Amino acid sequence: MEKFVTLNGLVAPIDRPNVDTDAIIPKQFLKSIKRSGFGPNLFDEWRYLDHGEPGMDNSRRPLNTEFVLNQPRYQGAQVLLGRENFGCGSSREHAPWALEDYGFRAIIAPSFADIFYNNCFKNGLLPIVLDAAVVDALFNACADTEGYRLTVDLSKQQVVTATGETFAFEIDGFRQHCLLNGLDDIGLTMQHVDDIKAYESKRRVSTPWLFN
Amino acid sequence: MVATVRELNIIESKEKSMSAKTLYDKLWDAHLVRQNDDGSCLIYIDRQLVHEVTSPQAFEGLRLAGRKPWRVDANLATPDHNVPTTGQSAGVAGIVDPVSKIQVETLDANCDFFGITEFKMNDIRQGIVHVVGPEQGATLPGMTVVCGDSHTSTHGALGALAHGIGTSEVEHVMATQCLIQKKSKNMLIKVNGQVGPGVTAKDIVLAIIGKIGTAGGTGYAIEFGGEAIMALSIEGRMTVCNMAIEAGARSGVVAVDDKTVDYVKGRPYAPTAGQWDAAVAAWRDLHSDADARFDAVVELNGAEIEPQVTWGTSPEMVVAVGGSVPDPAAETDLVKRTGMEKALVYMGLKANTPIEEISIDKVFIGSCTNSRIEDMRAAAAVAQGRKVAANVKLAMVVPGSGLVKKQAEEEGLDKIFIAAGFEWREPGCSMCLAMNADRLEPGERCASTSNRNFEGRQGQGGRTHLVSPAMAAAAAVMGHFVDIRTLG
Repeated sequence: MEKFVTLNGLVAPIDRPNVDTDAIIPKQFLKSIKRSGFGPNLFDEWRYLDHGEPGMDNSRRPLNTEFVLNQPRYQGAQVLLGRENFGCGSSREHAPWALEDYGFRAIIAPSFADIFYNNCFKNGLLPIVLDAAVVDALFNACADTEGYRLTVDLSKQQVVTATGETFAFEIDGFRQHCLLNGLDDIGLTMQHVDDIKAYESKRRVSTPWLFN
Repeated sequence: MVATVRELNIIESKEKSMSAKTLYDKLWDAHLVRQNDDGSCLIYIDRQLVHEVTSPQAFEGLRLAGRKPWRVDANLATPDHNVPTTGQSAGVAGIVDPVSKIQVETLDANCDFFGITEFKMNDIRQGIVHVVGPEQGATLPGMTVVCGDSHTSTHGALGALAHGIGTSEVEHVMATQCLIQKKSKNMLIKVNGQVGPGVTAKDIVLAIIGKIGTAGGTGYAIEFGGEAIMALSIEGRMTVCNMAIEAGARSGVVAVDDKTVDYVKGRPYAPTAGQWDAAVAAWRDLHSDADARFDAVVELNGAEIEPQVTWGTSPEMVVAVGGSVPDPAAETDLVKRTGMEKALVYMGLKANTPIEEISIDKVFIGSCTNSRIEDMRAAAAVAQGRKVAANVKLAMVVPGSGLVKKQAEEEGLDKIFIAAGFEWREPGCSMCLAMNADRLEPGERCASTSNRNFEGRQGQGGRTHLVSPAMAAAAAVMGHFVDIRTLG
């Protein structure tokens, strides 16, 4: 997994609550058996005017020019600004895969759905919860300023604006540690093999029907 | 938004009795392998259900790292999302879409390679994972159950701690039999009293979501309780727990009672005779202690819940069938108002339109929410002696598993549906998410027993209204939504 330490990135706003993972990456693209290549179909139904299917040449498809990510000023965005309950719905990890593949490294929103929030951390993508009023202010600043950028510092747990305004965010210590160092969970858990085996031996005796 | 339930009444409680535990606390404690200094925990997983969409990358990860499944027998697989609902006897060779076919073939190959039990496409036990697990007794009270699918919360109906995970976690569970987790907060949703005739588990859970919102349960493990929940059958409880995720909670759980024990008894993977009594004795403790404290409590009055119909593009956008499409102008929160306006545009609806005046193009009865035998019976009871309305282009019934289909056919339900003009299909996720050929065309409006009314969920541009099986069947025969209680 790619490390996340600090980021200074262009901000793109998706101004609607309850952005679900079906919208982030529609179902037809979930037929892939790979982990990569989802970026061109990120937000497919909002981004293109035609119906997308796997295997299409996306560079030839008609773009919905009104959609934020198709506007010239947001090209190359790495920070996504969202509203409440971002990433709700399906558990598909294809959603963070698509966001990451597109180029996003951080998402700022007042709240995230649990499964999506968790999936982001497995893929070097940092979901940041900020107060709804702060997020609102960031939406306004982003709309007013072309080329609006934010700096994210994971070790200091801060989002910093170009004018030096600083917003602190909370993050679980374990997740922060893994993201800062690009650590994968499985290797970490494997350090506790003895604990797992001890638990299992005990449970095989107390609840043998779970091991049939 | 739901005027039929009492005002939201969440009571935050900080105090917690030292010894008293909620059901979630008990399930958590029983599966805690270790707690790290930073508060993150390793939780043991008893059962992982596997399907074709969220597993290929996990299996690939195992292979690349040279790992094997920690406990092969803890996994059970079946293809469901991609499978066609016609011509299944041809097996995987019958899948026309080459990309879908590769995905199902990949699941078959991975399960064969690693030695994981799989109910393949031509196996009568194949079906939607969340129907198959309980049906087989492969998900049991007291278990931790995971699957790379958000509707894994379904299995909580049996008193199991069950939730959806991402593909990285699927691989993690395969490799270590554990998950890294932090404990959720406890929420109790109590539905007091009894619901009236014609009001089903689906209406109860939609009313709950309408009350607390799609993010109301975020960060919580929900326990559903109260007389109206305990009066439900196990299948009804599955419908309620299934949609815990639509209220934002990863897991929903219901206490074990006699119905749970009776449901499990005799199923293929249930404890054998020598273990049965000990298992039942352990399950009898799977309820919240009388003095257990919850971080939040929400109460609804069952008698006030009416048949529900969603009008928008989020499950919280729901009203009673006797109501009307709400007017965004009456919403004071700007973000919410904009969301409502966008939803109405997408849904092609005008504010204040009575729900019963909304006509439909298609009907879908199925999905992990509502495709079990009781759902089939409820829909068939409405369809019997009636005909699908002329304006309805397609009304399809998709049983949740090969065994549900078989039982329905033994009861003659298939004949009732076919005589009424419904299509009787073969098991799978089907038009709940339209990964196979079953889908809505742009602008088509559907009465659906599934769980999500998101934009494009049932096909790009498709318009979904979530309802109970009886309400879906009633909409099919009337051509528009109708209060099932007035149908006679």
